[in-house]
Amino acid sequence: MALTTAPGATRRPGRPAPPPRQTAARRAGLGRKVRDNLTGHTFLIGAVACFAVFSWYPMVRGVVMSFQRTRRGETTWVGWDNYARIIADPSFWTAWKNTFVFTGLALVLGYAVPFFVAILLNELRHAKGYLRVLVYLPVMLPPASALFLFKFYAYDPSEAGLFNAVLTALGLPTSEWMQSPTMTMPAMVLASTWMNMGGAVLIYLAALQNIPGELYEAAEIDGAGVWRRIVHVTIPQTRLILALLAMLQIVATMQLFIEPLILANGAGTEDSATSVAYLIYQHGFFQNDLNGAAALGVIMLVVLAGFSAVYVRLTARQD
Amino acid sequence: MSVPQYRKVAAAALAAGLGLSLAACSTKSDDSADAGGKVTITVDCQPVGAQKELLKNWNDDVAEFQRQNPTIVVKSVSVGEQCNNPPDFTARLAGGTVTDVFYGYMTDLQQVLDSGQAMDITGYATTDTIPTWDSVDPALKEVFTDGGKLYGIPVKNYSMGLIYNKALFQRAGLDAANPPRTWPEVRAAAKKISALGGGVAGYSEYSAGNTGGWHFTSLLYSQGGQVLSADGKKADFNNPTGKQVLQNLKDMRYGDNSMGSRQLLQWGDLLTNAGAGKVGMFIGAPDATQAIVSQFQGKYQDWAMGPLPGQDGPAKATLGGGEGYFFKKGLSPEQVKAGLKWIAYQKLTPGKGQFDYVRAKPQNYPVGLPQPLLFTGGSDAQKQELELRKANANVDTTNFTAFEANPVPIKGEPRNAQAIYAVLDAAMSGVLTNPNANIDALLKTAEDKVNQLLAAGS
Repeated sequence: MALTTAPGATRRPGRPAPPPRQTAARRAGLGRKVRDNLTGHTFLIGAVACFAVFSWYPMVRGVVMSFQRTRRGETTWVGWDNYARIIADPSFWTAWKNTFVFTGLALVLGYAVPFFVAILLNELRHAKGYLRVLVYLPVMLPPASALFLFKFYAYDPSEAGLFNAVLTALGLPTSEWMQSPTMTMPAMVLASTWMNMGGAVLIYLAALQNIPGELYEAAEIDGAGVWRRIVHVTIPQTRLILALLAMLQIVATMQLFIEPLILANGAGTEDSATSVAYLIYQHGFFQNDLNGAAALGVIMLVVLAGFSAVYVRLTARQD
Repeated sequence: MSVPQYRKVAAAALAAGLGLSLAACSTKSDDSADAGGKVTITVDCQPVGAQKELLKNWNDDVAEFQRQNPTIVVKSVSVGEQCNNPPDFTARLAGGTVTDVFYGYMTDLQQVLDSGQAMDITGYATTDTIPTWDSVDPALKEVFTDGGKLYGIPVKNYSMGLIYNKALFQRAGLDAANPPRTWPEVRAAAKKISALGGGVAGYSEYSAGNTGGWHFTSLLYSQGGQVLSADGKKADFNNPTGKQVLQNLKDMRYGDNSMGSRQLLQWGDLLTNAGAGKVGMFIGAPDATQAIVSQFQGKYQDWAMGPLPGQDGPAKATLGGGEGYFFKKGLSPEQVKAGLKWIAYQKLTPGKGQFDYVRAKPQNYPVGLPQPLLFTGGSDAQKQELELRKANANVDTTNFTAFEANPVPIKGEPRNAQAIYAVLDAAMSGVLTNPNANIDALLKTAEDKVNQLLAAGS
């Protein structure tokens, strides 16, 4: 089943050309134009108001707050003081290091695994629907519940823990999981991948099913094996989806918060789980430092905007 | 209706609906006096629905108070099971949605003042509004005072001691009437209790969510140490006392393996284990036993309390804290007086509200705990409260005799407590999760971080 039009298809039949009346209205001026599109504009109010109130206003307010300090009910402008203070926070660089490590590991594990699972599912001839449901099921579990399952059953540091029981049965050494500074990040990535990969798998599956079968047939006739078909057909044909999901993955994983909060009760062993988002939460809600939290939020925004800019530049070049 | 008209109507309805829902988001409750001359106040920390008996008690108190004060209307607001969950509290303060009379910890004064939400109630807190005001411990009033002005009314006060499970003590062959008085004794007892097996931790301790730093502070006080220097400008725990605190824990965790394998615990985690009978000892305030029973399915008869242990003898000091009610800025004098009268009735009158022991006795809430220690020793209110407490005790008060008979000097929390606790969590988690933890390095790192925090004025 193709989800979009076949390659090479002509432009979709769109609206008919605007009648002369509308052209005249454009000339008549803005007022007439607005009147003509009143219904559309009115419908737009809802969406714009929602974005304005719940997205744009908090963002602008956050930026403003990052240059202010509120003490004894008095708000004053303090220039870059909040930024200097937040950068001087001993956990600042640890949090960034942890966040980048998580993002990197998530790219290796959380990004690659769903792609290969999708390829596998796409190739299956039997039990397709059943397996798709199985893969998507964890996405339907509330993240907090899924993480508590990992925390109390899978990552229990005693031998009663699920993973440790399996390791013991296999004669392998056990781990303290979230209590081990070296295992904290891999354990969080594993849990996060399990929770979230269902959505990515479905998107990849849709993309894979759009690849014309002739391409694979041609590759097979040319003697390409499975791996070469993936490298030369599947990956190039799903390049845009891969790039888009990579970007979304980076933006999502950089905002790492609920995993440390639940799995590691916050900072984890010797700060090994502290993420930037968790540090924002610490400053804002535990340290009476909403202005410092706002400054850190702005820094994060800038970093994420940088990633997005790189993405736009790269994909533009590819196209 | 034609399709375009229908769309216009739908769009207008959508826009109007959105506008209305946004308007509904705003919270305005300053209808302080109605036409009938009634004064209305909103008060938070009403028990949640799951706490059926407490909620009924509260509502009965409101009804009786309003009957006695027909010109006052109390509107109750519930803010969750734990009235002061710091993130929620901060959000309410920052958003300006605190109630007229709002609950806070003793350590919250600075944050409340910074938010600009606190009202100076110095002139209003008198025996006219709070009949027992002169009996309230002046040291507690001082906690809610800044620059000579009073901003809150204390309603609870506690100090930490050693809470222990008598049933586990007996099973381990320990004397349940004679709790350990020193840390080496605690270590020996913990070893015996954990030897019972079944995943029981002889001694349990926090190391996450800022609670590790909170308990490190109390353990440090027991050794005679302090978190900050006297001028509050430098960290003062990277020394033999701080080292001893971590060494004691490391010895129990890895030397004896008597603290259980699951660490990175915070408040609810430890009490859940305690409720399940898996914890022999931990440090806490007397009302931790109430939480164990009412929230974590434990039994009162299992729990007893001794004084906080010291290293070689009695503890040099213990951590103290408590709670109070603040008043929102901008209230009318009538509202402030009404709020004070309500607090006086519900929190500071022996025989009423939280001191209505006759009512509490048959309920599943403890009467007889050596708490809340609000009144000066020897004052009329203190004598009355003690008499009522003893007459209606529903827990075995001898369980707390060792704690009460051996008072330890109380020391408050350090300035900037939460930020410092967050740093000290790492030292606690380090020593409880790494068998090769270097105590010197952990303390040095924590010291550097706290000094940086203090220098940056966070």
